[in-house]
Amino acid sequence: MATPAEQFRRQSTAIQRREKVIVFFLRASAWIILLAGATVLGTIAWKGAGTLLQPNFPFINITFLAEAPQTLHVFELDGETVEMSDQDFREFRAKLAEEAAASGESAIVPDSTSYVYAAGGIFPNIVGTLLLVAGSMSIALGLGIATAIYLSEYARQGSTVRFIRLAILNLAGVPSVVFGLFGFGMFVLFFGWNVSLIAGWFTLAFMVLPVVITASEEALRAVPQGFREGALALGATRWQTIRRAVIPHALPGILTSSILGIARVAGETAPIMFTAAFIMRDKLPWEVDRWFDFFFQGVMALPYHIYVVSSKIPQNEYSARVQFGTALVFVLLVAVIASASLFLRHRIRARQRW
Amino acid sequence: MDPTTTESPSPTTPAAASADAGRPAIIEVEDLDFYYGENRALDGVSLAIPSHQVTALIGPSGCGKSTLLRCFNRMNDLIEGAERTRGTVRIRGVDIFGPEVNVMELRKRVGMVFQKTNPFPNSIYENITFGLQLQGVRSKTRLDEAVERSLRAAALWDEVKDRLHESGLSLSGGQQQRLCIARAIAVEPEIILMDEPCSALDPVATARVEELIHKLKQEFTIVIVTHNMQQAARCSDRTAFLYLGKLIEYADTQTIFINPSDSQTEAYVSGRFG
Repeated sequence: MATPAEQFRRQSTAIQRREKVIVFFLRASAWIILLAGATVLGTIAWKGAGTLLQPNFPFINITFLAEAPQTLHVFELDGETVEMSDQDFREFRAKLAEEAAASGESAIVPDSTSYVYAAGGIFPNIVGTLLLVAGSMSIALGLGIATAIYLSEYARQGSTVRFIRLAILNLAGVPSVVFGLFGFGMFVLFFGWNVSLIAGWFTLAFMVLPVVITASEEALRAVPQGFREGALALGATRWQTIRRAVIPHALPGILTSSILGIARVAGETAPIMFTAAFIMRDKLPWEVDRWFDFFFQGVMALPYHIYVVSSKIPQNEYSARVQFGTALVFVLLVAVIASASLFLRHRIRARQRW
Repeated sequence: MDPTTTESPSPTTPAAASADAGRPAIIEVEDLDFYYGENRALDGVSLAIPSHQVTALIGPSGCGKSTLLRCFNRMNDLIEGAERTRGTVRIRGVDIFGPEVNVMELRKRVGMVFQKTNPFPNSIYENITFGLQLQGVRSKTRLDEAVERSLRAAALWDEVKDRLHESGLSLSGGQQQRLCIARAIAVEPEIILMDEPCSALDPVATARVEELIHKLKQEFTIVIVTHNMQQAARCSDRTAFLYLGKLIEYADTQTIFINPSDSQTEAYVSGRFG
């Protein structure tokens, strides 16, 4: 008979080998995901940093963040390569012409190669994206929470409500470009809003509504029934109960889900390319004549700008700078918005928990 | 089980009940049938609950005692398919299932304490003032007064007076239940319904709540549902025994426990079934 030491000795059995292989695959897939994520973000950060950062004070390329896109002019001057934005180049030429006129000679304007959108910055795009996110999330949260409250607190739970829920879930699976077409047909053409902020808001809002409704319902269901009973037993009406004993406690959950919505709304290109986004617009969104024109103007947006500078203009080293610079700013912007909502959720959680 | 005893109307008629208690009845239930969808939960229940007494509803699980309790403030309205099919419940002579009854007003006058302690996850202060704020009371002094009065009445004031603005959930289970009682008291109801208020509490906390129940009957009429027969024996004046949706016996607590007239009641209170 084997001694106890032999009985428990490590042996390479088939089961153990299979165990090892399985663990290896599980671990490998986790690492692959991590690697992929790190590669994507690392590339954007590395290449984008060249555009967004600069070696001398203030270390951040303020021009890139604070100005509108311009055409870049590149030319030879006294044996050196000079890069100049369109505005600077015009001034430079005007100065040359002035000097030439003063000295009575004809001006020698250097031959330049121009690259569209490679100079200036992406300020209007940042503003446009922020406006699109703020407007569409307000609409989506307003409509979504209201719908979720009705479906889970008021409506009779029967086959009709089940059917509505199923329809909402299916809506979540519709590709975003289809929402873009829907928005184009509905808001841009039928309502006659043209390519405008408000058309983009509604299109994006409809796109994230399923997520918001589903998650809000989940958050409402997670509020203990005891809170509702407690409030009702004190003589509260249905709405008072929901307003004071249910919504405050469901809000953190609703906000968590809306963070996902924000990232999607900020990032989708397809829904806004027909409904809200302009390739180039000189005026900033607040430069409108009448206040309601604000809603009916198209805006520039970060994801659409990335699309334009990556596929609609000739590719070269100058366009690559804008692409990655814009991508980095975009990723940072979404990260900032998401952490702001996380912070907000944390604040609400800290105040009330059960 | 002798069917004649169960159908005997004598101990269940309102007149008989109120005469027994020597006090006017505040809740009168007459011939009440209640269904959950197809399931009959109450079957021809009639009883009269005297004011300023503690009335216990006992019986095995599923006998309808909680259903009956929840008829008194119409909390059953919330359950889909729950329906009263016959009979009336009158509180101070008003049929509470009548079309002109405002359910919110009814629930202000008939408070409720639940089996699972359910303080709101807000401060102790906000828990107490919740009901008053629903009624639009904004005056700080009135709210402060109500908080102190209710907490004192619920024998919780000394324990929490220094931390009124801490979360109600920071309290122990027994304290939470007394907080729920204080919350119910704050809106000054006439009747307080208690649905197994001690089933989640340890014996010491239970003793304190029972003591409190005993004290509260000076001011309120209390109806308590309990699984615990000792508890019914200790803290109630009247006891109703329900079985399978029927009211089997309703009498003074002493009579029910020492000298029940029905064999089923006797079997139940002596622990032979249920």
